[in-house]
Amino acid sequence: MSRAILYDSTLCIGCKACEGGCAERWGLPYDDKIAAEERISAHKLTAVETHGERYSRRLCMHYAEPTCASVCPVGALQKTSLGPVVYDAEKCMGCRYCLQACPFQVPTYEWNKRLPKMRKCDMCYERQNQGKQTACAEVCPTGATKNGERDQLLAEARQRIAEKPGQYYGKIYGVKEVGGTSVLFLSAVPFEQIGLRTNVPMEALPDLTWRVLDLTPDIVSTGSVLLGGIWWITNRRGEVARKEGPRK
Amino acid sequence: MKLKLPKITVWRAIFAVILLSGLYATCLRVLYGLGGATNLSDRFPWGLWIGFDVLCGVGLAAGGFTLVAIVHIFNIERYKPILRPAILTAFLGYSLVVVALLYDLGRPDRIWHPLIMWNPHSVMFEVAWCVTLYTTVLFLEFIPVVFEKFGWHKPLGWIHNISVPLMIAGVLLSTLHQSSLGSLYLIVPEKLYPLWYSPILPLLFYISAIAVGLSMTIFESWHSSRAFGRALELPLLASMARVLAVLMSAYLWIRFLDLAHQHAFPLLLRNRTETWLFALEIALMAVPTALLYQRKVRMSPGALYACAVMVLFGFIANRLNVAVTGMEAGSGAHYIPKWTEVAVTLSIVGAGFAIFRVIAQYFPIFEAHSQQHAPRKMAETEADSVAVG
Repeated sequence: MSRAILYDSTLCIGCKACEGGCAERWGLPYDDKIAAEERISAHKLTAVETHGERYSRRLCMHYAEPTCASVCPVGALQKTSLGPVVYDAEKCMGCRYCLQACPFQVPTYEWNKRLPKMRKCDMCYERQNQGKQTACAEVCPTGATKNGERDQLLAEARQRIAEKPGQYYGKIYGVKEVGGTSVLFLSAVPFEQIGLRTNVPMEALPDLTWRVLDLTPDIVSTGSVLLGGIWWITNRRGEVARKEGPRK
Repeated sequence: MKLKLPKITVWRAIFAVILLSGLYATCLRVLYGLGGATNLSDRFPWGLWIGFDVLCGVGLAAGGFTLVAIVHIFNIERYKPILRPAILTAFLGYSLVVVALLYDLGRPDRIWHPLIMWNPHSVMFEVAWCVTLYTTVLFLEFIPVVFEKFGWHKPLGWIHNISVPLMIAGVLLSTLHQSSLGSLYLIVPEKLYPLWYSPILPLLFYISAIAVGLSMTIFESWHSSRAFGRALELPLLASMARVLAVLMSAYLWIRFLDLAHQHAFPLLLRNRTETWLFALEIALMAVPTALLYQRKVRMSPGALYACAVMVLFGFIANRLNVAVTGMEAGSGAHYIPKWTEVAVTLSIVGAGFAIFRVIAQYFPIFEAHSQQHAPRKMAETEADSVAVG
């Protein structure tokens, strides 16, 4: 079983309580000025976006085969069996490949620090591990953000659509996107209208590189034999030529 | 002995200005972090230092493994006179890439982390290992020059004993990471502009690296012949230019096929920055390729040099297009490097030229092999128009 978040844009009133809860859980400053920033950054790990009269949340999608965990050269990012994708700042060397590779542009960097870290939502791994709700779900006054088991949340989302088909765009974002995410979205309108990326592949991205990296042992073994063989042949030719040279 | 101040020339003055600005930029980088020294952002995390210093730097150093393969594995000995400068370029190139990484990494003090904290699924992990190992290989391939200079025959023998496996390892490591620099971008299909994104990016990076390695060899031979008043190995360079022309033709043809398979041609009709920079990149590669098919061009030092430079710029345009131009629209960000980024990059390039010059002056980089090939013999081969040029 894996934990997930269901965000229902139709229930969200844009109160930004989730932002405040998140800032508190991370010990980050939060005031009106920061609340007005509608973009995630190293000091704001979730953001409520306004799209006309509708709202949407930005946070880490914690999908099944995370791109960030796959690209990280030091394995500082890991997908836990509990569901969240967690980050070990002690390993990170700051190559920022995770920022570059994330299709949702979630990881952010402490650009102005001398000893910077990457920052992103970790779906309150510690809290969930202790059986608590994520900070954002706990403070949400309308139930727009709900925390629970992915299967149950998925069933609930389907039920909501079935009960009020007129109120929802009939799909759930995150079922198939990049191989299935742990943050699911419901919306009244097509997802691109609330700022979600609909051009992401429906397969897990790490496969794209693994297809090539997987060939490494083949390239090394075949290459050694081939190059060694070529050297052996050409070198022998040279030796023969040197020996026969004076006789001519 | 009279103490003499170095003569002030225009080039030396420019070099000094670049180094001083680089030094100042370094202070800013250390004091104010990446945010203070670069125009990078969350949406555009890789800029000039990755796009130029790393992607181009590693590519421009590809002449090392290409010539080692030609001379020692394929045993085409007549290229030997240009092998050492190519190895020196490669060794310096890789060392400077590591220096550039120290600027670019958020935590340069942890540059060694990938060596003990493994993630074999990461292309970056593979690149880190290959670059570390290959820089070591290059060091070992270069160090005989130092041993020769001081007449240390014993260590020279040790290196000689392991030279064949060393060279094979060098070629393999280069093959892996030159292509892997392209693989780095396989994971951003929705961000990289379709004129550059391709599932065969690793192959394209590999072929173009070999081509630019050859161009770089022509480039540095031309410059060193002027700097040290040596005779230019024209017949050698001309026959290498032949290989370059064929390689570039194959590369351009594969690019064309790839764009066709991806149905990317309609994109060329759009009036966008991407289209024009793509056209520039292709022109910089296609024009010298076409020219190099003419014997007249190959046998004229000036024209040959101009073609090599065009290929170098075409290659740099390609890498910068992949790293910067192609990533802007998909990332929703606009990036122009800050002056500090440019200053550091120019300083690194300048330092590369200066160190090369100093080493070439004091160590047997050029003379060792040209002594073996008597000038008379060179003249003979030059006249033999069927074999060369």
